[in-house]
Amino acid sequence: MKQLLAFIRKEFYHVFRDKRTLLILFGLPVVQILLFGFALSSEVKNIGIAVLDNSHDVTSEEIVRRIKTSSYFLVKDPVLNYAEIENRFKTGEIKCALLFPSHLAEDLGRSGKAQVQVITDASDPNNATIAVSYITAILANYQQQLNHTASIPYQIIPQVRQLYNEEQNGSLNFIPGVIALIFMIVCTALTSVSVVREKELGTMEILLVSPFKPLMVLVAKAVPYLALSIVNFIIILVLSVFLLKVEIRGSLLLLFAESILFIITCLSLGLVISNQTNSQKTAMLISMMGMMLPTMLLTGFMFPLENMPWIFQALSHVIPSRYYYIIIKAVMLKGLGFSYVWKETLILAGMAVFLLIVSLKRFKVTLA
Amino acid sequence: MSDVVLQNIVKTYNNGHVKAVNDVSFSVEHGELFGLIGPDGAGKTSIFRMLTTLLPPDSGVASVMGFDITKDYWEIRQRVGYMPGKFSLYQDLTVEENLTFFATVFKTTIQENYDLIKDIYEQIKPFSKRPAGKLSGGMKQKLALCCALIHKPEVLFLDEPTTGVDVVSRKEFWEMLKRLKAQGITILVSTPYMDEASMCDRIALIQKGNIMSIDTPQNIIDSFPFQLYATKAKNIYRLLTDFRSDNAVNSCYAFGEFLHLTLHDEQRGESVIQELVAKYKPEDFEIKRIAPTIEDSFIRLMKENETVGEAHG
Amino acid sequence: MDNTFKDKAIVCKSLTKQFGDFKAVDQITFDVEQGEIFGFLGANGAGKTTAMRILCGLSHPTSGEATVAGYNVYKEAEKIKANIGYMSQKFSLYENLTVYENIEFYGGVYGLSRPEIKQRSEAMLNRLGLAAEAKKMVGELPLGWKQKLAFSVAVLHRPKIVFLDEPTGGVDPITRRQFWDLIYEAAADGITVFVTTHYMDEAEYCKRISVMVDGRVEALDSPGNLKKQFNTDSMDEVFLQLARRAKRS
Repeated sequence: MKQLLAFIRKEFYHVFRDKRTLLILFGLPVVQILLFGFALSSEVKNIGIAVLDNSHDVTSEEIVRRIKTSSYFLVKDPVLNYAEIENRFKTGEIKCALLFPSHLAEDLGRSGKAQVQVITDASDPNNATIAVSYITAILANYQQQLNHTASIPYQIIPQVRQLYNEEQNGSLNFIPGVIALIFMIVCTALTSVSVVREKELGTMEILLVSPFKPLMVLVAKAVPYLALSIVNFIIILVLSVFLLKVEIRGSLLLLFAESILFIITCLSLGLVISNQTNSQKTAMLISMMGMMLPTMLLTGFMFPLENMPWIFQALSHVIPSRYYYIIIKAVMLKGLGFSYVWKETLILAGMAVFLLIVSLKRFKVTLA
Repeated sequence: MSDVVLQNIVKTYNNGHVKAVNDVSFSVEHGELFGLIGPDGAGKTSIFRMLTTLLPPDSGVASVMGFDITKDYWEIRQRVGYMPGKFSLYQDLTVEENLTFFATVFKTTIQENYDLIKDIYEQIKPFSKRPAGKLSGGMKQKLALCCALIHKPEVLFLDEPTTGVDVVSRKEFWEMLKRLKAQGITILVSTPYMDEASMCDRIALIQKGNIMSIDTPQNIIDSFPFQLYATKAKNIYRLLTDFRSDNAVNSCYAFGEFLHLTLHDEQRGESVIQELVAKYKPEDFEIKRIAPTIEDSFIRLMKENETVGEAHG
Repeated sequence: MDNTFKDKAIVCKSLTKQFGDFKAVDQITFDVEQGEIFGFLGANGAGKTTAMRILCGLSHPTSGEATVAGYNVYKEAEKIKANIGYMSQKFSLYENLTVYENIEFYGGVYGLSRPEIKQRSEAMLNRLGLAAEAKKMVGELPLGWKQKLAFSVAVLHRPKIVFLDEPTGGVDPITRRQFWDLIYEAAADGITVFVTTHYMDEAEYCKRISVMVDGRVEALDSPGNLKKQFNTDSMDEVFLQLARRAKRS
C-alpha cells in the first residue's frame, strides 16, 4: 500500500511539472464548455431566403412579413423569375426559397387549400431540414390564426424540394466534412511527426551537415504523404459513390485539383508545426488535438457558422478547411464549376504558399 | 594553414546559465589525428556541433578548411564528414540502403570512393541486407564511419564514436582511424576514454568547458610535475584509506590493482615511504616508480583547475 | 541444490535463455559470495544484459537453475525484486523530480517508512556532500553527482545484492573513483555488488570476475589469477584474448 502511495505521489509530480499536459487537462474542458455553451448551437439563424411572389396579395405578403420578423431568416431581394432562383442557390446567397403561386388568397378563399413551394439547399441536409421545419411552423401558425376567423379550415401546404439532394441521402451530411477533417488531421500530423522523428533520431544532424538543401528535406518528407493522401481520397470517393450512393455531380478533375491543393496546404501546415518542436509526441499532440478542435468546430460542417458569435466567424476565416468544405460541397454535391469557387481556391492557394514559405524560412538550418 | 582553427569560442545554454564551452582556442593541422579527451558534459559535443556548423557560438571565431563557421557554413557542410554522438543512421534501412542514401545525398556513389572505406566495409559486407537497427554496437559504429567517409571528406568529425562499445571493437576502430589518417584525412575525435588518448597525434584535455592542456600525449605525460609511485598491498581498500588520510601524501588514487601515489616531500621520497609502511603496516606491500599515464595527468589537471576555480570564488 | 547455496548471494547452474534457435545465454554456471564485489564482463552482444535481466527477476530462463538472494528465479521473482537494488547508466533517477523526491519515491516503493527514509536520506546526502542540493531537480545536476546519487538510492533500502549496469560510463576519472569508494563501502556493509563495466581497471577492483563470450562464461576467477593464466599483466590483454574468440558479431 505504501508503495502504491509513493508511486501515485511521483505521478502527481510528473503531471504538475508537465505544463503542456496541464494545459490540455484543464484548458480543453473549459474551452469546450464555453464553446458549446455560448458559441455553438444547432439552431440555425439568419438563413438567406428569397421569395418569388406571383400573388402579391394579402396572404403572401403577410407570410413574407412573418418570415421577415422571425429571427431565423434573412430575407434577400425578391426573385423575379424561376431561372434566377437556381443561380442564387449556386452562389450560396440563399439557402432557401419560397415560391407563391398566383391568386394565393383567392385559392384559399375558394377551396380552402393553397400550395406554396419551398426549395432548400440540401447539400447541407441538416440545415435544410431545419429551414423547412421553420417555414412549416410559420405557415402552420399563420394557418391557425386564419382558421380562427374563417368559416372553412384553411390549409397552406408547403411542397418541399430539396435541391442537390432529392434522394434525401443522409450521408451528404457528413462526407464533405469528414473528408476535410481527415486531410486536415492526417496530412498535418503525419508530416510533422515525420520531420520531427528525424530530429529525435539524430539523423537530422547528419542531413544538415551535408550538401542536401534543407528545402529538399521538407519536400522529400511531404511527397509520400501527398501521394498516399490522394490514394486515400480516391478510396473515400469510391466508398461514398458505391456504398453510400452519393452522386458526384461536378467535374472529377476539378475535385481532384482542389483536393490536391488542400492536401498541400495541410502538409505545409504540418511542416510549420514540425519546426516548432523537437519531440514526436508534441508534434502529434499539436497536430491532432490542436487541429482537430478548430477544424471540427469552425469548418461549418458540424455547426452552422452563421450562428456563431462574430469572433468565431472571424476565426473560421483562418481555417483552411472552411474554404475546402465550401469548395467540395459546391463541386461534388452541387456540380458547380470553377467560376463559382475561384475565390475560395485563390484563398486556399494563398494559404498553401504562405505556409510553405513560413516553414522554409523557419526550418532551422542549425540545431538551435 | 591549419585545417581547423578555434579562437576564443564561447557557448552557453539556457540564457547563459550553463557555460558549456568557455573561451576555447586550438587548431588542428592537416592530416592530424586530434583527440578531444574529457568526460560527459565537458563540452566536446558542443564544440563539434559548432565546428560542423550545427550550432552558432556565442562569441569567438572558428574556421574549417579556411571557411568561417558562421558565414561560410554551406561550404563547410560539403567538405566534412560527421558522425554524431548517438547512433544516427536509419534503423529500418539496411546497411546497403543506408550507405547508398548517404552517398547520394553527398552526390557521389559507393563505387567512387570505395577504396577509402574498403577495409571497414568488408567487415560488415556480409550483413549488407540487414536492417541497421539489428546490428551489434561495433557493427553500427563501422557502418556509421563508412557513411561519414563515403564522400571523401577533407575533415572527419567523430563525436564519441567508441562510447558504449566493447574493448575489442574500440581497438579495431582506432586501427581503422590510423589507416585513414595515413590517407591524408584530418580527423578530430572526442572520447571519454583516457587510454585512447595515446593513439592520437595531439590531444586536448577538456573539463567543464575549459581546455586544461593541449599537446602530444607524450609531452603531457612528460610534463607531469610529480614523482609517481604505484603501490599495492593485500587489503588495497585499507591501504587507500590509510594513505589518503595521511598528511605526507599529496594524492592517492586507485588505478586497477595498484594505487598511484604522489608525496608532498619528494626529496625524501624513500624515507617517507618507509615511514608510511612502518605506520600502517600493510601486508604484502609493493611499491615502484612508474611513468604517469594520460589519466594521471587528467586527474592532476582537474584538481589544479578546481583549486584555481575555488581561489577565484 | 544442496544447502550451501543458502550462503551464496547468487547461484547459477546451466542457466540458459533461448530465443528460437538463438542461445543468448548458453548454460552458464557460476556463483557469487555474499559481500563480494563481482565483475560481470563481456563484449556487447555476448549475453551479459540478458543474463542480468534473468538474475534481476525480469525475465524467465529457458532452462537451468538460479537463485538470487536465496530466491528462485522461476517462482520467486517478486521476492528477488524486493531484495535487490538496480542502477544502470541509461536510467537512474527521474530528471524532473528533485533529489529528495526521488529518494522519497524509491524509499516508498521498497517499503521504507517515512522516518526511515528521512533518516537514511539525511545520512546519504551528508555522506555525498549533497545536502545542499536536496531540493534541486536531478536534471540540473552534473552527471557525476547523478551517478553517485543513483547508486546511493539503489542501496537505500539495504538490499542483499545490488546490480550495476555500466554505472560509470562517460564520467570523469575522479568521480569514477569516488563512485568505487561508494561501492567499497557498500560491500564492507555486507551488500553484494554485481557490476558490469567496460573499464578494465575497474575489473581489477573486483574480487572475482567472469567474462562472457557468445553466451557462455569463458573465464571465472580473480583478476590476479586470470592475468597469470593468460600470461599478461594487464586485464585489457586478458579481455582482448577472450573476446577475440567470439564468433558472434
